[in-house]
Amino acid sequence: MAELSLSRESGGFVQARRHTGNTLTEPVWVQTLLTLIVITFISLFLILPLIFIFTEAFQSGISAYFASISSPEALSSIYLTLTVLVIVVPINTAFGVLLAWTMTKYRFKGKSLIVTLADLPFSISPVIGGLIFVLLFGDHSILGRWLLSQNIQLVFNTTGIVIATLFVTYPFVARELIPLMENQGSLEEEASLILGAGTLRTFFKITLPNIKWGLLYGVILCSARSIGDFGAVSVISGHIVGQTNTMPLQVEAFYDGYQMTAAFALSSLMSVVAIVSLILKSYFDWKNTRPA
Amino acid sequence: MVSQNHSEKKTKVKRRQIIPGFGLSLGLSLSYLSLLVLIPLSMIFIYTSQIGWGGFLREISQPIVVSAYQLSFTTALVASLINLVFGVLTAWVLVRYSFPGRKLIDGLLDLPFALPTSVAGITLATLYATNGWIGHLLPFKVSYTQVGIVVALILIGMPFVVRIVEPVLQNLEKENEEASAILGANRFQTLVHVVFPKIRLAAFSGFALAFSRALGEYGSVVFIAGNMPFKTEIAPLVVMQKLEAFDYDGATSVALVLLVASFLILFLINFSQWVVKRKFAD
Repeated sequence: MAELSLSRESGGFVQARRHTGNTLTEPVWVQTLLTLIVITFISLFLILPLIFIFTEAFQSGISAYFASISSPEALSSIYLTLTVLVIVVPINTAFGVLLAWTMTKYRFKGKSLIVTLADLPFSISPVIGGLIFVLLFGDHSILGRWLLSQNIQLVFNTTGIVIATLFVTYPFVARELIPLMENQGSLEEEASLILGAGTLRTFFKITLPNIKWGLLYGVILCSARSIGDFGAVSVISGHIVGQTNTMPLQVEAFYDGYQMTAAFALSSLMSVVAIVSLILKSYFDWKNTRPA
Repeated sequence: MVSQNHSEKKTKVKRRQIIPGFGLSLGLSLSYLSLLVLIPLSMIFIYTSQIGWGGFLREISQPIVVSAYQLSFTTALVASLINLVFGVLTAWVLVRYSFPGRKLIDGLLDLPFALPTSVAGITLATLYATNGWIGHLLPFKVSYTQVGIVVALILIGMPFVVRIVEPVLQNLEKENEEASAILGANRFQTLVHVVFPKIRLAAFSGFALAFSRALGEYGSVVFIAGNMPFKTEIAPLVVMQKLEAFDYDGATSVALVLLVASFLILFLINFSQWVVKRKFAD
């Protein structure tokens, strides 16, 4: 600062400063242009589709909307999706936290390999996520043949959908937590242990409060994927309407049957869930970055 | 001898864990990972090994499969390149400029992660149909063509580059740009030679993740693609159709190639991050 105010007195530096001022940001017209490009891009790909879903859903009026979301098929799909959600999310939250804890609080070799492997369900095709369980539990493997001989059917029913959804939503909680917990280190946990608290108590009193906003966001992402998974569940479900259709599959069934209002009405419900998740995410981010 | 002993002792001390429960935590985590992810995934390799090399190669060299691979690869590449450019641009605009609606756009960017793919699929297919809101304005067909596939893949891959580049830009020290400007560089030179090298790796990681996701995407694409063999049939759809025809040999072989591609991309990303970590550690 002192140098800057000094420089004002000698002509050469002032010029340099003025020159600097011009080259530190882009010209206003460039800024405006870039901003407009981004806004157009986002509007075209995100905002317009979102508006469109609700317009289509309410096209035939409010009573048609409510009639289509309370049809037996729609209700049974909502029920199945919620059932899967309440089974899958708690299990994967627990194992996600455990994985993140193991990967960040201990030192051992092969850590990055485990993290990479744990990320696999996130990057492979959801169709493969369904296929592997058809192969494992169908009559193509020793396990599958044994299960079938015991009359245990694990694919083409709700159990299969739960297992496939467990697979595709596995990485979400740990993905959110690992970078967060890596940054936090384990000094607080060590202090707590040295002062005599047990591991579990340390986890609930020290670790959990530190990671809660990140954890909640991980749970939201895990839930969103659990509700919305299409590929894996499509392979597993065997397409039995009214029995094994989740909400996204029912949307497909309505759409293929040219029942557009019904398809978009059910879509609008899932869009509301998606929008609420985004609002919660912004809230958690704000909570996380706000100094305590 | 003495020094060797010493170093052995040192590694032993280093390995001792301060927080108890290491064995239990690692054991439970690995068991769950193996049961849910690794053993099921290995079924693809086991099943393909039962078919044998000859059978595998025969399955994946069918003209319809080869054209599906080409289509999936090309559309995923085009869509993630577009997302790379717009992702870096969006991250830049969101971090550096302030304008009304910035927060809203920032929040909305995660929509593709939260919105079910089938919802995105039917919405885009209807919007871009020849009589749809956007489709009727365009001089060319989008829905039920390869352009439609790219449109769907752009939507689902949109957040990856932005979300990885954004924090890097936020942490960038402005002093570097100031130094560059004082040394006489114009803004364009500063961006190309000072800012760009800093975000290059993050942008690449985001691009690779978006590409990997696009390669395997199914839900949003099947609605807008039209699914005509040799024209708009993507590889994951071939897997699905072979499964529906109870052709497990074919489905598994086609899936194996997709799986290996995902493995390679994931390891490439992790390897590049590992290289960078080492560079900074030195």
